Amino acid sequence: MHILGCLDVPTTGSYDLAGEDVSTMSEAALANVRNRQIGFVFQQFNLLPSLPAWRNVELPLCYTGMARAERKERAINALERVGLGDRIEHRPGELSGGQQQRVAVARALVTDPALILADEPTGNLDSHSSADVLALFTELHDQGRTIVLITHERDVAESAQRIVRILDGQVDSALAMPAGTVR
Amino acid sequence: MNWRETFRTALEAILSRRMRSSLTMLGILIGIAAVMLTVGLGQGAQAQVRAQINQLGSNLLIVSPGSTTSSSGIRGGRGSASTLTTRDATALASRVVAPDIAKVAPVVTGSQSLAAGTTNWTTNVVGTTPDWLQVRARSLAEGRFFSLAELNSSAPVAVLGSTTATELFGGRDALGQTVDINGTTMTVIGILNTAGSSTTTDEDDQALVPQTTYSSRVASSGNAAGVSTLYIEAASTDSLSAAYQEATNALLATHGVTAATPDFTISSQQSLLTTATSTDRTLTVLLAGIAAISLLVGGIGVMNIMLVSVTERIREIGLRKAMGATPSAIRRQFLVEASTLGLCGGLLGVILGLVGAQVLPHFLSQPVTIPAIATIGALGIALIIGIVAGVYPASRAARLAPIDALRSE
Repeated sequence: MHILGCLDVPTTGSYDLAGEDVSTMSEAALANVRNRQIGFVFQQFNLLPSLPAWRNVELPLCYTGMARAERKERAINALERVGLGDRIEHRPGELSGGQQQRVAVARALVTDPALILADEPTGNLDSHSSADVLALFTELHDQGRTIVLITHERDVAESAQRIVRILDGQVDSALAMPAGTVR
Repeated sequence: MNWRETFRTALEAILSRRMRSSLTMLGILIGIAAVMLTVGLGQGAQAQVRAQINQLGSNLLIVSPGSTTSSSGIRGGRGSASTLTTRDATALASRVVAPDIAKVAPVVTGSQSLAAGTTNWTTNVVGTTPDWLQVRARSLAEGRFFSLAELNSSAPVAVLGSTTATELFGGRDALGQTVDINGTTMTVIGILNTAGSSTTTDEDDQALVPQTTYSSRVASSGNAAGVSTLYIEAASTDSLSAAYQEATNALLATHGVTAATPDFTISSQQSLLTTATSTDRTLTVLLAGIAAISLLVGGIGVMNIMLVSVTERIREIGLRKAMGATPSAIRRQFLVEASTLGLCGGLLGVILGLVGAQVLPHFLSQPVTIPAIATIGALGIALIIGIVAGVYPASRAARLAPIDALRSE
């Protein structure tokens, strides 16, 4: 997962992302790849508690050199897409867990990445919020976005097109559903 | 992330931890204020000495009997109190002997009791010539100074310092009144303008009489021509050293002594200034050293807080990295944060220093002059301290591996 997200580089082997071999890239180049190609959704949400929702969503754009007005506009658009258009000035502490995770999804979306990596995005959520977030992912997927989601829960996994089961670090089975996309 | 963006983020980080940030700034603040006040005190003292010396006449040479043989202050020419005479003064005043000397005023002084009616006042009585007024760069508040004719005729006339006049006559007009000096009744013909007190004597508390009057009527002992000091005014400040040479040569010749065993000493206001300045400098360096140490401690405080901040915000750093922050962007963020802390502390320190410069003279009776360059310099130092203190914590933050940073709890 960390290698997929370019947070770590493989010790052996290689990893091509969108046609580029990222295993030999420098720290700064990797940061650029993460910034442009990948959107992260974490189990812990990892929102900055002191910033309002839109500033959290804006964060990846800050590192692209985009103008302030455009950043804000795109952040608000992303929040509207996840159904939080009326919560843009709320701080994470003022939002429910499900809402916070949706802010995190908006943050992953805002740079329009090739790939969204979700590391147990429903792990900290109740079933109702989980369903919300999964519905959001399904919707994004239907719009043609690649999503890699890691989960322990079978019913969450069931919503994917392709399931790769990993047991003790080994690929156990790859249940291919119609169109596999990444790797 | 551009600079403005980085600066805003830094400011938010500082403001979100107000208590800690202000305590950190306090360290820098105290250091900067201390440095500024030390510099200000040193400058103030120097300016004071310089003003005093300018007041006394900057192109003034003072010839005193005896010679200083070493810096330890051992004097040669024992019993030479009368080696200087009015003839020396006449010789030095000659355009031929000493072209760079404008005027010479021989001075003989003694402490005497003055009486005006029933009022008594003991002060310094000075016997001199009419040139004294110009040589010592003084002026008269009222009346006139004594003339050459009065000097030649040993006239019983006196010119009083403002303090002396007030002490003897109270609020009354002293001009035209008489004053008894050692049994001789003298007419007050002039009052000096105030000059303020120098480090050694009160220039406003003295009575001046013609030198001849002093030797014939005031002084108790013999030597009519003997004087205690010669004040020499050089033609200009630039010709001071030439005048010094000419005076030395002329006096050596008239006294018949060699340069190895002079029986007189010539000092200039410049040498007094040097002494005063070097004393001040020692003190200033000492105080500045203490102030610099307090600044250093302030800088360590900033570094400490930045290290804590990096550790505390390890997840934030990891997140920013995952979102695409390059190591240099992270480094810059923390550097800007540290230097902002330093600069804000410095700014507050400068304000405190400037306020202190206004308040302190009331308690110390010592002027505090803070030059503009010191203000700018202090701000620069505060900024540099912030940057230097931020380098290590910032590069630590930049080097953090994003996964480790994200994983940490």
